[in-house]
Amino acid sequence: MQADILQELEQALAPDRILTQKEDLLPYSFDGTAAMKSMPGCVVFPESAGEISACLKIAGARKIPVVTRGSGTGLSGGSVPVEDCIVLCLVRMDQIEEVDPRNLTLLAQTGVITKAIDDAAAEHGLFYPPDPGSMKISTIGGNVAENSGGLRGLKYGVTRDYVMGMEVVLADGEIAWFGNKCVKDVAGYSMRDLFIGSEGTLGIITKVLLKLLPRPQARRTMLATYDSMEDAARTVSAIIAAQIIPCSLEFLDQVTIRCVEDYAKIGLPTEVAALLLMETDGHPHVVAEEALQMAEIAGEHGAVDVHTARDEAEATRLASARRTAFSALARVKPTTILEDVTVPRDKLTEMVHFINEVAGRYSLHIGTFGHMGDGNLHPTFLTDERDRDEMEKVEKALDEIVARTIEVGGTITGEHGVGLAKKKYLAHQFSDPSLALLKKLKQTLDPANILNPGKIFD
Amino acid sequence: MHCGMCLPTCPTYAETKNEKNSPRGRISLMRAIADGELDVSRAFADEMYYCLGCLACETACPAGVDYTGLFEASRAEIEAAEVLASPGRSFWRRVTLDFLFLHPRLFHFAARLLRFYQRTGLRKCVRGSGLLMLAPKRLRALEPLAPEISRRFSQQLIAPVERPRSGKPRFCVAMLTGCVQDVAFARLNRDTVEVLLANGCEVMTPRLQPCCGSLHAHNGELDQARVLARRNIDLYHLDSLDAIISNAGGCGSHLRKYGHLLKDDPDYAQKAKQWDDKLRDIHEWLAEIGFRKPSQDSAVPETNSVTYHESCHLCHGQKISREPRMILESLPGVDFVELPESNWCCGSAGIYNITQPEQSAKLQERKIRHIRGTRASAVAMANPGCHIQIEHGLAETGIVVTSPVSLLAEAYRRECRGDG
Ligand SMILES: Cc1cc2nc3c(=O)[nH]c(=O)nc-3n(C[C@H](O)[C@H](O)[C@H](O)COP(=O)(O)OP(=O)(O)OC[C@H]3O[C@@H](n4cnc5c(N)ncnc54)[C@H](O)[C@@H]3O)c2cc1C
Ligand code: SF4
Repeated sequence: MQADILQELEQALAPDRILTQKEDLLPYSFDGTAAMKSMPGCVVFPESAGEISACLKIAGARKIPVVTRGSGTGLSGGSVPVEDCIVLCLVRMDQIEEVDPRNLTLLAQTGVITKAIDDAAAEHGLFYPPDPGSMKISTIGGNVAENSGGLRGLKYGVTRDYVMGMEVVLADGEIAWFGNKCVKDVAGYSMRDLFIGSEGTLGIITKVLLKLLPRPQARRTMLATYDSMEDAARTVSAIIAAQIIPCSLEFLDQVTIRCVEDYAKIGLPTEVAALLLMETDGHPHVVAEEALQMAEIAGEHGAVDVHTARDEAEATRLASARRTAFSALARVKPTTILEDVTVPRDKLTEMVHFINEVAGRYSLHIGTFGHMGDGNLHPTFLTDERDRDEMEKVEKALDEIVARTIEVGGTITGEHGVGLAKKKYLAHQFSDPSLALLKKLKQTLDPANILNPGKIFD
Repeated sequence: MHCGMCLPTCPTYAETKNEKNSPRGRISLMRAIADGELDVSRAFADEMYYCLGCLACETACPAGVDYTGLFEASRAEIEAAEVLASPGRSFWRRVTLDFLFLHPRLFHFAARLLRFYQRTGLRKCVRGSGLLMLAPKRLRALEPLAPEISRRFSQQLIAPVERPRSGKPRFCVAMLTGCVQDVAFARLNRDTVEVLLANGCEVMTPRLQPCCGSLHAHNGELDQARVLARRNIDLYHLDSLDAIISNAGGCGSHLRKYGHLLKDDPDYAQKAKQWDDKLRDIHEWLAEIGFRKPSQDSAVPETNSVTYHESCHLCHGQKISREPRMILESLPGVDFVELPESNWCCGSAGIYNITQPEQSAKLQERKIRHIRGTRASAVAMANPGCHIQIEHGLAETGIVVTSPVSLLAEAYRRECRGDG
């Protein structure tokens, strides 16, 4: 990166908040996504919207790309740098500014870690439900920018459902605020909805006002085991059809179960073909009744066994183990290419069957887990990026899975975002004029195309 | 895999929020070096010595990345490339790694000198006179951190072979006395032997044991670490032992990986594997053989509540976390309270408190704050480095620093005396 630009940035921030050495930059050349890498020109750590605004003005004047980054756990390459760009890393903007128990809201800077938000809410007996597998390290800004889901999405929805307002630094450096603490608000366009899931391409979100809920009084966690993956999928469809909305219905196949057990050592059954982690929460009576019904439905749909967690500690252990599924799969092979396809829930059984069929046809090793209650599966190809032949087969298999997903009315990504990884598929899902409108919006908000260029679409 | 699940458990990342100071960042640098994209540079070397080597990332990593192996190999490469070399650094590395910690007799001699200095009034004299200012910077930094040397070392307190006072021994075990442990915590070694005897173990404790080599392995001297591993193995007739007992977290973590260290040595690979199979941390061994709980009337009146600090290399390096707590919970009349962040590094980390005093002090402060917050009257731990670091931090608070094994030994002794 040119010296004069660095000098200007140093004036806007402070020299010790700018990294330029190769050893400092390499660790920012990738995010959580496999096989994607590119070197930034520098990394800066702003501490306020004002500083970000100054950086954007410097970048805008020279048309230097700016890639916003939270903790870099994204799984679609969203925070992978554009060559020689400025990386704006927000992890030092980590203040929770207010918890308002009277309005059930929380105001935080976007570098705050997701789990810290729920912990702060819990101190007031409140609850921030979205809990992505990465919640111990992902930032709330990353969650909002990806509209992340979590294990509790089935009942509580995704990040979008909890964002009431936000502060955004626009591409030209102006600082805007959208939303308020009101439960209802129809003044103007819902601009915050535009920025949710925008993957750092429309503006930099610096503060979020979040909605909180009362903490559920009780919960019950169950583990149902199956001899076939399809039975697990049928159970999920049946529970939904019975009009029960549990808090989570999480799925792991045998390959994933074995990897997770290898790491967590909590006594998961490793001989079964699949398991469902089922959780219901809320009023104790309702919890007891729903748990009973779900266990029954599981039994009727081929569950070999349904085990109820003995206590809170076991329930937490099970959920924590489930959160490690993606990383644990790397125990089998060094490269894990994961999919994020999501289908209407009545198409789950069909999709699970199809994924296995494709993997078999290309003789690929695959591990599947996911938020089955949301129809969101993460078939993960276990491979080695150095093996070119196999990587080609993975590409082909992915193409087939995506094509079928769209055919059955699904989406190419349920929660990880398009970023770089799903970019080539976006045009399959959107047709003109909807895709053209997406691009027009981007052009209007970021005419110089400096904000995370080349992500979502070219 | 670069998921970032290790980031929130890394003490240096928590401090700076800079990816380079995280496991994921360091691994990416190592990989860049392996792929020929980066040289073994000064900046890389500094980073690898900024890493505490606490291994919290290994516990956190679902993918099973072997950080210890990567860490040791990197430091060895750094030493081979000599990017950090300076006359002063080389001198102190030679004195410690090539002499003191390679030759037990020399080590004992140095410890005696240190005790002489600490006990004769010489220390007061030197500190008062400002003479210390003339000493090299490292020595000056080291002086107040040096452990108080025991009057008697392990070999004066422990006979080469000891048998349980009554009955036929159930097990035959070897007792590793350590280096710092041997001269500064000889009492704890004695307590360990007593606890073993009380649980039916015959204990073999060879005199003048070599250092385990962990200090060498962690500081990039893998060849010397191999020499020491062979010497240790040669001391025993492995077939006749049921277990080899280590009571220092840091040593144990290294000791149970001799198999890996010597895997390419045709004469030792097999023996090293057998060694690993028999190596047990004392708490692990006690839990495994079902240690006897002290009887109710052995209640210890003075320490009525105790908390537990987990040495990194015991909990992350050896995954032993539950067993020391089981021992503490078995003590009659003692209230066990959990320590928040019990498995967060205290900043001792081998010689880190000397090489990186600033970061070390921050971690010490964090640990002390949590210990005081529990309001416990004692804090137990099982590693000499942590013991020294925490005792230092707790000075003048009246909070006692001890170990689960010493408390158990004390409870057994009270039983015998009948003064519970
Ligand atoms: C083990 C593991 C489990 C996971 N589990 C889940 C899961 O269950 N559900 C789920 O949805 N995701 C999951 N993820 C994916 C990932 O954690 C989420 O996408 C998360 O929200 C990313 O947060 P981050 O702080 O790491 O953001 P980053 O990866 O740094 O950034 C993600 C994107 O957001 C943009 N961005 C970040 N901050 C801002 C901001 N303040 N303003 C504007 N743009 C911004 C970036 O430019 C990038 O495009 C998981 C990832 C891992 C590694
Ligand atoms: S070391 Fe383990 S936890 Fe850390 S980024 Fe790599 S795979 Fe993830």
